[in-house]
Amino acid sequence: MAWAKKLLRVNLTAGTISEEALNMDWANKYLGQRGLATKYFVEEVDPKVDPLSPDNKMIMATGPLTGTCASTAGRYSVITKGALTGAIACSNSGGFFGNEMKNAGYDMVIFEGASKTPVYLFIDNDNAQLIDASDMWGTSVWDTEDKIKSDHQDPMIRVASIGISGEKGVKYACVVNDYHRAAGRSGVGTVMGSKNLKAVAIRGTKGVTVKDPVRFFEAANAGKAVLAGNPVTGEGLPAFGTQVLMNVINETGALPSQNHRDVQFDGAHAISAEAMAEPRESDGKPNLVRNAACFGCTIACGRISTIDRTHYTVAERPEYQVASGGLEYEAAWALGAATGVDDLDALTFANFICNEQGYDPISFGATVGAAMELYEIGAITDKETGGIELKFGSAKALTDLAELTGKSEGFGAEIGLGSKLLCEKYGHGELSMSVKGQEFPAYDSRGIQGMGLTYATSNRGACHLRSYTVASEVLGIPEKTDPLVHEGKAGLVKAFQDATAVFDSAGICVFTSFAWSLEDVAPQIDAACEGDWSVETLLEVGERIWNLERNFNNAAGFTAADDKLPERLMKDAAKTGPAKGLTSQLDKMLPEYYQLRGWTADGVPTNETLGRLGL
Amino acid sequence: MQKSLSIDPDKCTGCLQCELACSYDNENAFNPAKSRIKIFTFHDKGRFVPYTCTQCYEAWCMHACPVDAITLDKGTGAKIVHDNLCVGCKVCTIACPFGTINYNADTGKVIKCDLCEGEPECAKACPTDAITYVDANWTGLEKMRAWAEKTDAGQASA
Repeated sequence: MAWAKKLLRVNLTAGTISEEALNMDWANKYLGQRGLATKYFVEEVDPKVDPLSPDNKMIMATGPLTGTCASTAGRYSVITKGALTGAIACSNSGGFFGNEMKNAGYDMVIFEGASKTPVYLFIDNDNAQLIDASDMWGTSVWDTEDKIKSDHQDPMIRVASIGISGEKGVKYACVVNDYHRAAGRSGVGTVMGSKNLKAVAIRGTKGVTVKDPVRFFEAANAGKAVLAGNPVTGEGLPAFGTQVLMNVINETGALPSQNHRDVQFDGAHAISAEAMAEPRESDGKPNLVRNAACFGCTIACGRISTIDRTHYTVAERPEYQVASGGLEYEAAWALGAATGVDDLDALTFANFICNEQGYDPISFGATVGAAMELYEIGAITDKETGGIELKFGSAKALTDLAELTGKSEGFGAEIGLGSKLLCEKYGHGELSMSVKGQEFPAYDSRGIQGMGLTYATSNRGACHLRSYTVASEVLGIPEKTDPLVHEGKAGLVKAFQDATAVFDSAGICVFTSFAWSLEDVAPQIDAACEGDWSVETLLEVGERIWNLERNFNNAAGFTAADDKLPERLMKDAAKTGPAKGLTSQLDKMLPEYYQLRGWTADGVPTNETLGRLGL
Repeated sequence: MQKSLSIDPDKCTGCLQCELACSYDNENAFNPAKSRIKIFTFHDKGRFVPYTCTQCYEAWCMHACPVDAITLDKGTGAKIVHDNLCVGCKVCTIACPFGTINYNADTGKVIKCDLCEGEPECAKACPTDAITYVDANWTGLEKMRAWAEKTDAGQASA
């Protein structure tokens, strides 16, 4: 009934697999996916654990709506202590893998320990087994997925796997499913690699049911109508994808460029959605082949792209002259604006490699941008780079490093450290554009003030998906606020954080929140799940999850001192655009935010707050 | 008026809402594995193609069935499998040239599209009109209209 009410526990050290009933008391307090898996995680794992130790655990979890016909309801998340951050990590992915897990009869799979030799988990409904993956170790995500389907003679198996980067400890490795959908951030794939777990492959044919089908279809259909009628989810995202933002954010003066030295990028148009749709000279076809949907998604924002066959990256390599997952906005920004590269085909190629070898294009591109600045000031030279001329704007440097990082070879092994460790290693920690070790995504905290607070307080390190105030500050959703002022942003960030935690725990995509409020979500959850799920109940669940995550981080050793932005954003004013002359006003927003959260001035939830939330 | 499912792969995003609707109508559960319509993804080409029974007039499955478990619904034109008669011999799955009738090992019967008694759930659920339910005599009408429009554009510019 929405929840499968069963989980699978896999001890990789002992090689054992067991079934457990889902803790429904916890499900009623934490809903599912992000919230419920985090509850399991914090109950079972020492907050001080080394992320790459066998004592760290990794949970793949679906939400109660996953597998139903609610729009976008195919999501799953990977919850662990992040290899990049040392903080609680929860990376959410679409594609078709989450639905398959639910259809096999499991809400989540908990991995503990570490295997001595490479293995993959194969779940065929009630039959789960660990299978030797020695012959897949050292191969890409794409080859692994193909080989598992071929070995089992079943093209309908869904696979989530790691590439070579995850095996070799690149700090921001992803778990990639369905070739190009990823649980992308914080190094959840690195943790998977440390456990010698190459892949999880699932075939599920049991079916998913809901509590009140008549009411559920009504609510789900009403939700779909809202998405179809909304200009963002009904028109902008299907036609242009998230890349619709490239020119918009550049004009807002919040497109960080060249390691955040600038807030606008001259090459923005060349790497935008509009450029992806322009026919190219060689064959008259555009970069964009078409849009694509994840499971159950009636928005279909995904991009499928090809690289110009005459481009230097693929001219001699026919295996890359195919359609695959194209540029989304955050990846295009990191691979392009952050590095100053405006070659759309080079960006698309680097993005293919990120998918193929399983690492996060945001952290990768941002780290390359930081390395380019280190190179410019002479902190690293051709000696360290192995002869790569690491100049801002160099497409060749970007694509060479993409391939090297994917295999963790040469200077790619250092890019694989992430910007924080890399910059510290070469004596310039201040050049890492990150919070809690995780690189910023594609919005500058000077030009969109709410995002500074979003990044500083995000429980998984700098991230746009924890409270996407861009929706309000730039797009006017649910109502327009001024991106240049800090007043009122503390409340805005808290409201977005709590609501987003609900979306992430239900099994649906956060992009629905461009059109849906919890008023649209609550009836769908209430009709699908046992219990009473009002907007008020869900908001409390969201706030509870946020505090649960915060408590874990505090116990792991994080303090208010970690809720900060790099000096560059606090001291160097924006040079151009609407935010010219402005720095981030984080120090004015943060105390108000702590107060609104019911935390002490040191960022610790008070006993009263914890009691109120039942923590 | 008899109607047919009309499928336009160019409009399909691969979301599987059709499979969810089909399986729920037939199995009372969201279960793409039991859907009578399937979406095929050609990953390297970026193409998604919905595929299901076209309800042949001279239906191979119906003629091949040794126990007459498949009959014609004269109203909709659908070929219907009668579970009380089907013995699960699978001869129809061999006879069908298109592979759109399949065995369900959980029930020991075969399953195929029955047009939902004239209100196909897949077409209702499709968010992009890649699957529509149209006049059986004019399934090509929209394609004709598209080409006709191009002809018109050519005349205007001439």
